[in-house]
Amino acid sequence: MSQNISINSIPTASLSSRNKIHPQKFMLWMGIGSICMMFAGLTSAYIVKRNQGNWLEFDIPVYFWYSTLVIMLSSITIQFAVKAFKERAMQKYKALVTITAILGIVFSYLQWIGFSFLNNHGIQLIGRGSNPAASFLFVIMLLHIVHVIGGVMALLIIFFKAFSSKIKTYSSISIELAATYWHFVDLLWIYLFIFFYLIK
Amino acid sequence: MSNEVLHAHAEAITVHGDHHEHHHQETFISKYVFSQDHKMIAKQFLITGMVWAVLGGLMSVLFRLQLGYPDAHFTWLEDILGKWWVKDGRITPEAYYALVTTHGTVLVFFVLTAGLSGTFANFLIPLQIGARDMASPFMNMLSYWFFFTASIVMISSMFVETGPFSGGWTAYPPLSALGSASPGSKTGMDLWLIAMALFVVSSLLGGLNYIATVLNMRTKGMSMTRLPLTIWALFFTAVLGVLSFPVLFSGFILLIFDRNFGTSFYLSDIYVNGVGALQNEGGSAILYQHLFWFLGHPEVYIILLPAMGMVSEILSTNARKPIFGYMAMVGSMFAIAVLAFLVWAHHMFVTGLNPFLGSVFVLLTLLIAVPSAIKVFNWLTTLWKGNIRFTPGMLFAIGFVSLFISGGLTGIYVGNSALDIHLHDTYFVIAHFHIVMGVASMFGMFAGIYHWFPKMYGRYLNNTLAYIHFWVTLVGAYLIFWPMHYEGLAGMPRRYYDYSTWESFKQFADLNRFISIVAMIVFATQILFLFNFFYSIFKGRIVTKQNPWNSNTLEWTTPIRPGHGNWPGEIPEVHRWAYDYGKDGKEFIPQTTPVGAEESQH
Repeated sequence: MSQNISINSIPTASLSSRNKIHPQKFMLWMGIGSICMMFAGLTSAYIVKRNQGNWLEFDIPVYFWYSTLVIMLSSITIQFAVKAFKERAMQKYKALVTITAILGIVFSYLQWIGFSFLNNHGIQLIGRGSNPAASFLFVIMLLHIVHVIGGVMALLIIFFKAFSSKIKTYSSISIELAATYWHFVDLLWIYLFIFFYLIK
Repeated sequence: MSNEVLHAHAEAITVHGDHHEHHHQETFISKYVFSQDHKMIAKQFLITGMVWAVLGGLMSVLFRLQLGYPDAHFTWLEDILGKWWVKDGRITPEAYYALVTTHGTVLVFFVLTAGLSGTFANFLIPLQIGARDMASPFMNMLSYWFFFTASIVMISSMFVETGPFSGGWTAYPPLSALGSASPGSKTGMDLWLIAMALFVVSSLLGGLNYIATVLNMRTKGMSMTRLPLTIWALFFTAVLGVLSFPVLFSGFILLIFDRNFGTSFYLSDIYVNGVGALQNEGGSAILYQHLFWFLGHPEVYIILLPAMGMVSEILSTNARKPIFGYMAMVGSMFAIAVLAFLVWAHHMFVTGLNPFLGSVFVLLTLLIAVPSAIKVFNWLTTLWKGNIRFTPGMLFAIGFVSLFISGGLTGIYVGNSALDIHLHDTYFVIAHFHIVMGVASMFGMFAGIYHWFPKMYGRYLNNTLAYIHFWVTLVGAYLIFWPMHYEGLAGMPRRYYDYSTWESFKQFADLNRFISIVAMIVFATQILFLFNFFYSIFKGRIVTKQNPWNSNTLEWTTPIRPGHGNWPGEIPEVHRWAYDYGKDGKEFIPQTTPVGAEESQH
């Protein structure tokens, strides 16, 4: 009696007829909302803790300005990558994806240099004797780096897909998803940067 | 014969390029283990949840043994459980706290979150909205396997040398942050955190999927206002989970840093006996409570809302009446979902919270009584003058309403910051949340299982066993938790190991023994239910009617044993809401029936 129906093509099929937002894009937006809640939780905890005293004030190192520039630049390159893909300019597309991924890694590296700068200048981030003010900065920025690295991973997958000659893909959905996510971690960083710059 | 018709039908639509029917090869692994069929994943969630319910229930029986018989020596238990758990025939204090903690964690997260909304969101969402599967069947499968891995890690914590985590299910620091403070805060706590982190990932993957499916994949004609209330409830549940679990996660991350990397988010000025003064300075333990309860309170509704939704559906179907106040039901669920985020500090009235802030949280907490009362009113008016069929599912649904009322009323007591000074951390709170959240949601889950078992397995559960199960569980639940209100009013604190050494609480020795005996009887009755469940999967009475409850919703338009993809032909179109019972002299009108010309107001 049991009927088996292949459902591989179903979700998109039922969607195309109704002109709704792509379910994967929609899910990404909700995932972004979820990540926002995590950082909202952490930054509110930061404010609550700060108001309770015993709080170390320090200036954020200049490296975080550099990393801000890098990640903003990478947002521009990934946008051009989407454009290149849609124009089927595959060489340009591959180059732009590569540059974006490298910029992501450079960003993470600059963040790390910022951390060691703080550590070397008497502001201990973790371990015995560290003040929550510095630990918060470290943990929140570290979590952000993890999200950037996640984006780099996604780009790597797309990158190898683009080089694979066996599978020709004409759907721009993967790169569009990656771009949306990339812009999100960029904006998230700008929020965190302003947050840490203003509230110390 | 019917098969041929279906095949012909399917072929006809293949031409339109909608989908291709073919019997693809299914191995045991792809069908039962790494299945991407939402119905199979639902059953996996259900059975894993049942295993956890048995373990969690057994833990409560063990610590009830200690509470009911503080002086007895059960030497045989030592042979079964070993010396760490039972020494000299008594549950050891370490084991007692480990049992209480694991019972709470497991029941709240693994049974009533994963087992309840994991099962029924997976099973009902695609079937009731008219979809072939979830928006992402693969993510759905991942969701289950993250849950499974979390379960394995949690179980493994029972076998480590220092025992499982034993600082209470809320895992408040500093106890949970310092391995030196208690044996349970060593490896057991690390495993607890890993299990919970995996669980959060599982919930998020599931929740994202449920929301995307409900919003994007409804069949033609299924507008949001035609959705059965089950789907609305599961939708709000998923939204709550997606917004609140990440906050819990951030609380856990800070806790992990405090435990392993010497930070001081939650720690300040601590002296541990045998270790000395700690260097940690500047942290605040209360901060964790804010982060925890920001999830913790929505979590209560994550547990309760699916039960509310299923109960609405089952009450209406078996009262043969339309649900009273459909839009009021949706509106009150929305109000509950919003208020769920605004009341977390009522768990923290006695932490030194600013009294003015406390009064704001009292107001917001008591506001929840409004949507709750609307829902109760609507359930009762749905039953009023109904042509009630007392199926086991219906009985459990009515039982849910009863428990929700009696447990909800005590919520008004503990929601008051002034009364809470006396009632906080007493058995009154235990009684309150076990009735309104624990047992009530269990009843919702049982109602759902009895009602949808024919759809899940194509067989019926045994009714006689079901009726015994219902009455013993309902009476038992009241006998266990009602007396606890009195104990709590007398000031008896929760989590104590032995009350017989306290002059004030000696008077409750007999009452505690009574509660323990009833708890064991109720636990044994659940074993009866398990027998019924597993026996009926293989030997139950076979379902021969496509729509055994004469219900309106879409899941009953699928074949009795639907395959992957649910409908063999085209997905049916929906023409009306799900609650046309007893309309125009017709007993029921399924959602797929087009609106007739001479039909009264639609």
